Amino acid sequence: MDVKTGLFYLFAAVLLFASFRVITSRNPVYAALYLVLAFFQASAIWLLLRAEFLAIALVLVYVGAVMVLFLFVVMMLDINVDSLREGFWKHFPLAAAIGAIIALEMAGVLMGGFRLNESPHAMASAANSSNTLELGKLLYSQYLYPLEIAAVILLVAIIAAIALTLRTRKDSKHMNPSDQVRVKARDRVRVVQMGVTRPAQPVVEVTPTTGETKP
Amino acid sequence: MTLSLGHFLSLGAMLFALSVIGIFLNRKNLIVLLMCIELMLLAVNTNFVAFSYYLGDMHGQIFVFFILTVAAAESAIGLALLVLLFRNKSNINVDELNSLKG
Repeated sequence: MDVKTGLFYLFAAVLLFASFRVITSRNPVYAALYLVLAFFQASAIWLLLRAEFLAIALVLVYVGAVMVLFLFVVMMLDINVDSLREGFWKHFPLAAAIGAIIALEMAGVLMGGFRLNESPHAMASAANSSNTLELGKLLYSQYLYPLEIAAVILLVAIIAAIALTLRTRKDSKHMNPSDQVRVKARDRVRVVQMGVTRPAQPVVEVTPTTGETKP
Repeated sequence: MTLSLGHFLSLGAMLFALSVIGIFLNRKNLIVLLMCIELMLLAVNTNFVAFSYYLGDMHGQIFVFFILTVAAAESAIGLALLVLLFRNKSNINVDELNSLKG
């Protein structure tokens, strides 16, 4: 057992422990922090696999951005943990059964007909140049169009996140500049035509004629 | 005993199974559900990177790159929806999300 294998077992053990704590911890803040630990261990495992760029990107993007976002949201929301925890272990047998099935099936496939145990095909060019260079060459030549689609997806995510959480106050008295510009003088002043108010005439008592015939 | 592809694939399988169990256990807590989805994507990405290394093919790492992009967008929108949900309902209990039920 060489050093690399020992490191792999160490990282894998810490990764599995951290992910176990993510799914069972009582406080979501602790879950987020354990998820940070899990991402760090996964990044170390990717470094063992010589995917340096992706390992650094995982730390930067996930730990630096996504997990900080998670922590912000968790700390911002006032969550009643106890109501969310009720019935926590009720479905545990089913969950454990499904998890065991997944793990056993994967293990069966891996231990059975899946023999790819020979030493890794040396990435002929990657052995000399850096991983980032190889990735960049592929990404900006062969995968240029998917890269632009990914950029559009990120743009959509930005706009959607802002548009969803933007809160406009309904009770604030604001004015509409467009309406202000378009206003005309006749909208402001309205001249009302009214008859001249005459002084009241003295009331003349008229005795009604009695012999009036009705139509 | 040197490392083989099976080691990394087994690790990915165990991580995936753990996150499936987590989805079952935390079916009321939307935040932990999102975290479990992130863990699932991490397991899948680990498989991709392992295959990329053992097959000597860089295209797997390209795929991981795009998965990271989409996952970042997904978690951003998911957390925005979560904030909106908390603003309207004052909790994030998944069981109460039945307004659309007929």
